[in-house]
Amino acid sequence: MNRSPLTGQRLLATFLLGCILLNYPLLFLFDLHASLLGIPLLYAYIFLAWGGLIALMAWIVEHRSD
Amino acid sequence: MLQGWFIIATSFAYLGVLFAIAWYSDRRADAGHSVIANPTIYALSLAVYCTTWTYYGSVGRAAATGIGFLPIYLGPTLMLALWWFVMLKIIRIAKINRLTSIADFVAARYGKSQLLGGLVTVIAVVGAIPYIALQLKAVSSSLSILLNYPDIVMPARADTVPLLQDSTLYVALIMAAFTILFGTRHLDATERHEGMVAAIAFESVVKLLAFIAVGLFVTFSLYDGFADIFERARMAPQLEGLLSFNGNYSSWASLTFLSMAAIMLLPRQFQIVVVENVDENHLRRAIWMFPLYLLLINLFVLPIALGGLLHFGGAGVDADTFVLTLPMAFQQQWLALLVFIGGLSAATGMVIVETIALSTMICNDLIMPTMLRWQWLGLSRRTDLSWQLLNIRRWAIVMILLLGYLYFRVASEAYALVGIGLISFSAVAQFAPVIVGALYWKGGTRPGALAGLAAGFLVWGYTLLIPSFAKSGWLPLDFIEHGLFGIELLRPQQLFGLSGLDEITHCLFWSMFANIGAYLGVSLLRQQNAREAGQATLFVDALSAPQAHGARIWRGSARLEELLPLIGRFLGPKRARTALNQYAQRRGVASLEDLKADADLVVYAESLLAGAIGSASARVMVASVVKEEALGLDEVMNILDEASQVRAYSRQLERQSQELSAATRNLRAANERLKELDRLKDDFMSTITHELRTPLTSIRAFSEMLHDDPRTELAERKRFLGIIVAETERLTRLINQVLDLAKIESGKAIWHTSEVDLRQVIQHSLDATSQLFKERSVALTVKLPQTVPPIIADRDRLMQVMINLLSNAVKFCDPESGKVEVRLEGRDAKLRVDVVDNGPGIRSEDQAIIFEKFRQGGRGSDVLTTKPQGTGLGLAISLQIIENLGGRLWVESAPEEGRAGTMFSFTLPTQARENKMAREGEV
Repeated sequence: MNRSPLTGQRLLATFLLGCILLNYPLLFLFDLHASLLGIPLLYAYIFLAWGGLIALMAWIVEHRSD
Repeated sequence: MLQGWFIIATSFAYLGVLFAIAWYSDRRADAGHSVIANPTIYALSLAVYCTTWTYYGSVGRAAATGIGFLPIYLGPTLMLALWWFVMLKIIRIAKINRLTSIADFVAARYGKSQLLGGLVTVIAVVGAIPYIALQLKAVSSSLSILLNYPDIVMPARADTVPLLQDSTLYVALIMAAFTILFGTRHLDATERHEGMVAAIAFESVVKLLAFIAVGLFVTFSLYDGFADIFERARMAPQLEGLLSFNGNYSSWASLTFLSMAAIMLLPRQFQIVVVENVDENHLRRAIWMFPLYLLLINLFVLPIALGGLLHFGGAGVDADTFVLTLPMAFQQQWLALLVFIGGLSAATGMVIVETIALSTMICNDLIMPTMLRWQWLGLSRRTDLSWQLLNIRRWAIVMILLLGYLYFRVASEAYALVGIGLISFSAVAQFAPVIVGALYWKGGTRPGALAGLAAGFLVWGYTLLIPSFAKSGWLPLDFIEHGLFGIELLRPQQLFGLSGLDEITHCLFWSMFANIGAYLGVSLLRQQNAREAGQATLFVDALSAPQAHGARIWRGSARLEELLPLIGRFLGPKRARTALNQYAQRRGVASLEDLKADADLVVYAESLLAGAIGSASARVMVASVVKEEALGLDEVMNILDEASQVRAYSRQLERQSQELSAATRNLRAANERLKELDRLKDDFMSTITHELRTPLTSIRAFSEMLHDDPRTELAERKRFLGIIVAETERLTRLINQVLDLAKIESGKAIWHTSEVDLRQVIQHSLDATSQLFKERSVALTVKLPQTVPPIIADRDRLMQVMINLLSNAVKFCDPESGKVEVRLEGRDAKLRVDVVDNGPGIRSEDQAIIFEKFRQGGRGSDVLTTKPQGTGLGLAISLQIIENLGGRLWVESAPEEGRAGTMFSFTLPTQARENKMAREGEV
């Protein structure tokens, strides 16, 4: 597999970012009685963060400018 | 109306479809057109991770804990980002060493230990049994609920049904038969299961679509979208708690960790991700597509859970069945049937892959090593054991499913689906320390790995598995409440008084504490032995050293006549010959019999055997027929050092050869350039002789006329002599210019540098050429600033350039109403001079060549057809002069765009001290 060192480092950074985004205390911050378009804020946040991470990972491994 | 026979028939038809897909893919693979050699199929097959736990259990979990079902899917998402390093390494190692299971992987890493492989197998099997029970429970209960359609009746407790009337038993047996058909049809037990992977990928699509169908039905048909469901849940007092973080953060983190370990270490994940991997580049797509799958299959979990709770309330409907019972409650029989098929997909996918993986482990790492020790079985005399291997695997599959069924009867009632699954996850997590150590720490030893695994496994059994039996009423409960032997400190779920954690986090903490502690502690007790050190290097350096150097860590003598029958016993004699023939071809040996039984061959034979019976047994088998010399640790270390030195040398060699080829390229380019220069010189010589001959011819012609005809009239004579003088002058000028150019080019020209005011130079040049302007009546515009900074330059040379540019401008400007403009401006420590005419302009393709020698600008038309005026050296000399003075000379013209006129410009630096000419002048 053709491995660019930059791709690996970006994925590592994404992993760390995900660990922070989807854990205490950031989850605690969003655990409010509020909602986004009718969806409880906590759920909306988790699914958005999750989707964002996936999009980021897809971009990192699939784009071939390097 | 759904009839029982119709449901059963549909289920079998669906299994038939799966089988057809598998059969077709196997056929395609045999024909060389692999269906699964596709990154999307690979990513989909990874979704075997999503079992009935996800399909039915997530909703149940969400109905109890709200968001608590999610960490099981967030963990894998995070882990996939690391697969780029970790999984790639595992796949490389497994391929090089032909490792076919996680037990084999661990055994191979810690010195090819049979004992270790056996221990990993036992943990994996015991850990997987609750998980298989979960699938059986989900399928049988969904089947029994659907059979009662349209009534919604919860299934009876498992332990109250007589054994032979229990449909779960038949589900288990049918699944066993199906798995045997799927996974053990081929004689060649080492090959990958192409057909199975294709069927698994198909099942992943089915279960995703079925689940999303229910989700859409509940969200948009029963309710008015997501917001509506959440709004109603907010109104219901008993549901409000599910909308916020319900639970504690420590169990959130521990579930995330568990699922991160599970996605790599579950036997079925290892099978699909590593063993069945066709091309490691497929990882690239899996890294994002598999998390995307997880996100999609979880999107509707909460709406279904909340919808089910809102609809059924506390009416005795198990939340684990909402996915099925909600469509049933609204008489959606086809949707209910689709849901059942989706659940069947989820369950069969898991059971097939898990039992195939486990049966390989049981056969290779548990039964084979034992049988090979028992001489009285006579295995060593049999010539073909490959059928026996497959039979062992088949019996192992039946046994695993029956054990799963047993656990289902005994213990499953006390837990929801997810609860059972988490027991399995915690068992599998025990592999994490030895695997991470295997990949990144060279110091781990066999006793360390054994101690770590055993300690972790025992703690897991004590804190999680045995209590699960107790909670189901099969063991006395006071053992949980008051501890072993009545010792409070030994209460299994509050070990040493640790309370306040949920049982999974509690087990995870203590088992990891014991596991990691024992692994590190025992590993550090003693020095590694030679084989451990060799394997450690092989594994830890797998990515940096792609070539296997296993062959080098072996010394001894072997005979082909003994190796060939040995391989033949396990692979079948025919396949053994084929494999060794291929090896012989690769080594460039004509036939099998000519093969030298050297270290490479022995290592190859061992890896062939490892694929069939596991690396540890293969080691023992090979050792039984070859004479080996024991290598000491020092020797192994020396060999490894040597190997890494060889690698360093080869890298150095590679770099040098790259440098060499770069140098060759440069030399070739220089040679081309020299040839070009040579050609240019020849051109120059022929041009210059031509240029010299023209005036000479006319001088000679007129001189001969004067000489031959003494009666020529005086006026005529004067005219002839005038021409001769003019031509002589032209000749002199030409020769001077050629000499001049040669001097400048060779750097031998003498430069008289001084401070020069460029305004004065321009003014004097204009004075010198004023006659020319008058003759052709060309209008001249001059724009000079009041003062400019002085420059250090050769005044006469600058005059030469200016006069050349001015006379060119006059020559080529518009013949009717010629206009020439001269501008001077100082900017950015530079002086810039523009000489602009309003002639026809120079085409862009000619702009590059007009600065070459004897290439005169035929402006606005072809160079060759325009009659040349002047020597054709002026611009070439000007360019040399300006460049020597550290400046730049260029031309701008665009006749193609319809703009007339040409602008010649040059710039000179005002800090003339620093320019090239000045430096040369001082030397």
